[in-house]
Amino acid sequence: MGYGTGVDVGSTQTKAVIIDEKRQIVGRSLIDTGANVVTAAKNAYAKALSDSGLQEEQIDYIVGTGYGRYRVTFGDIQVTEISCHGRGAVHMFPDTRTVVDMGGQDTKAIRVSPTGEILDFCMNDKCAAGTGRFLGAVAAAFEIPLQDLGAMALAGERPVKIATTCTVFAETEVLSWLSRGKKLEDILLGVHRSSVSRSVGLMRRVGIEPEVTFTGGVARNVGMVTGLKDAVDLPVNVSEDSHYMGALGAALFAMDHILSSRLPAASEESA
Amino acid sequence: MSTQTADTEGPVGRGASEGARLFREWYRSLDAVAQRGDGAAYVFVMGSLAELLRVFDLPTVFPEVNSLQTAVRRVAHEYLNEAEDYGYSPDICGYVKADVALQLRGGSHPMGQIPKPALAVLTNACNTYIKWAEIWERMYQTPVFTLDVPGSRASGRQTWPGDPDFERDREYVARQLKDLISLCEKVSGKPFDIDRLRETLGHTNAMNRGWKRVLEINRSVPAPFNAVTDATISLGVANGFRGTLEGATYFSQLVEEMEYKAARGIGTIQDEKHRLIFVGVPCYPIFRRFNEMFSEWGGAFVVSTYLWFASGGASLGYEYDLERPLESLAEGVLISVRHAMDCMFFQEQALLESIDDYHIDGVVYHAIKSCRTVSTGLADNRRALMAARDVASLFVESDMMDKRVVSEAQLKNRVDAFFEGLASRRQTAGV
Repeated sequence: MGYGTGVDVGSTQTKAVIIDEKRQIVGRSLIDTGANVVTAAKNAYAKALSDSGLQEEQIDYIVGTGYGRYRVTFGDIQVTEISCHGRGAVHMFPDTRTVVDMGGQDTKAIRVSPTGEILDFCMNDKCAAGTGRFLGAVAAAFEIPLQDLGAMALAGERPVKIATTCTVFAETEVLSWLSRGKKLEDILLGVHRSSVSRSVGLMRRVGIEPEVTFTGGVARNVGMVTGLKDAVDLPVNVSEDSHYMGALGAALFAMDHILSSRLPAASEESA
Repeated sequence: MSTQTADTEGPVGRGASEGARLFREWYRSLDAVAQRGDGAAYVFVMGSLAELLRVFDLPTVFPEVNSLQTAVRRVAHEYLNEAEDYGYSPDICGYVKADVALQLRGGSHPMGQIPKPALAVLTNACNTYIKWAEIWERMYQTPVFTLDVPGSRASGRQTWPGDPDFERDREYVARQLKDLISLCEKVSGKPFDIDRLRETLGHTNAMNRGWKRVLEINRSVPAPFNAVTDATISLGVANGFRGTLEGATYFSQLVEEMEYKAARGIGTIQDEKHRLIFVGVPCYPIFRRFNEMFSEWGGAFVVSTYLWFASGGASLGYEYDLERPLESLAEGVLISVRHAMDCMFFQEQALLESIDDYHIDGVVYHAIKSCRTVSTGLADNRRALMAARDVASLFVESDMMDKRVVSEAQLKNRVDAFFEGLASRRQTAGV
């Protein structure tokens, strides 16, 4: 039995996934990236190994992905998280044609073919507005646990309009809404709508085709999922493993390599 | 992926070294003009009218070239900051701001001293040109001449010589040129000499023929030159030496070099895997690195729309009729500047033709934050191209001047994903 590993070194968190030849996840891990990217990659890999009960010698191929992919020093190759999220999403939801991935620092819209091939993609540019970092900044400003943010937003009824396009200024703006007597839930609903609107803008650039699959850490935010469904007026697939989708896609590429390397070469076949 | 250097015999590399020499010589001559306290004609790459200005011995300064050189020489931030400290918004064209700072510094530039504007000549090919010239007008009371180039810009709807609409447009341009001649006589104190105009137009004819031919030679596989990096040197010569014997000679030699390379299969990179079109203005703050992101994957830029519009449409290869110099100049300006504008706003038809002629695998759109003229419409053009043809394309954004909005890591991420997509396309197609 061969095992493939994907290590996704993101700006905020590092994820590792190990899969078997049936492409089933047998081990995973998620840690904060911190200041040392190389160490984060190693630690995430070690934790995923421990989770799987496998030994390092049993791993046949490792693919690094994410912004820190070139710092996965023990990896065999690197693949961008754009390709990996597309691949992971189609693996989880085979009818996926549009992927929206919201991570800590960037948001991507990806249009994929039935085989997971990337047809087009679009990302936010040089600004963290509308990304996980933006939601994190708002949660910190209000001292709300990040995991509660989405549910609280859904309790809002009259969303405020977030006008600024800058994460730092948005933090100031949401606090000013509070001082003007707006309900916290209404402010949070406004924040979520603003983030959703930016993501949908990116999705429109590549063209929104069903099915839509939402990946990345922000997909765990119920307020964002609901907001996205409403905005695109389509069902939105969300996996329990949405956070691991990039690492899963990387592990799938690793497995492709393992299996294709076992195929006899054309010359051997014809011999 | 390194530049091909295996064959150093013959004319290989001459275009780069000779282009660099001419470029330095041009700036040295401008420095001498400035040291004498004389002024120059400030002109732009789209419709410089250099052939006419040379008749009056007016040296030409291209502020766009000055500005991009500050980025290539990695000092653009100093100029941009100075203009912003003066009060210009970060959202204003980076070329304009670098020039404003240059003027505030009394013409001090990394390539030498730049003379002040004695005259500014511009066309309506870029709306910023008009506002830009107003700055010199305010600073120095510089006489400004704006040539209004009429005609439909819509691709496929242009009129040509013989058509009544075209003839009216030509007459309209010719009348403006007569006004410009009067202004040049006043500024330079020299009379107009039609024989000298005939001579400068003849040099431009040779240059345009050469430029068109050089671009065509890149149909060869592998491509003899990189349309973003190598050809930008030639573009500098095409602008700075337009209407001169040196410029004409440079391009005839460049044709020889490129034919030599094409005949021997000498490519700009050693292992050309993907042939690409570049659409837009280069990312000058990381000029070489930007290209490396593509060449590392075996990607070679074989076509660039920049070479079309930033040569003022010279890529079309228009040749003046020396028997009727003024009428022909009006006609040439009309056709070439219109072509330059089409290459920015309606380039999809030309791209479709290039995809076939140059065996293109992918199209890279590079929008730049501080230039609305070039960047507005790129998204429309990309959509139109993708609707017309199943070709891989990439849309990236940075700037031609301002490193603050150039994120190398984000660019690389997109470029890598683009090549991963190209590889899977090939796999699916069984190539």
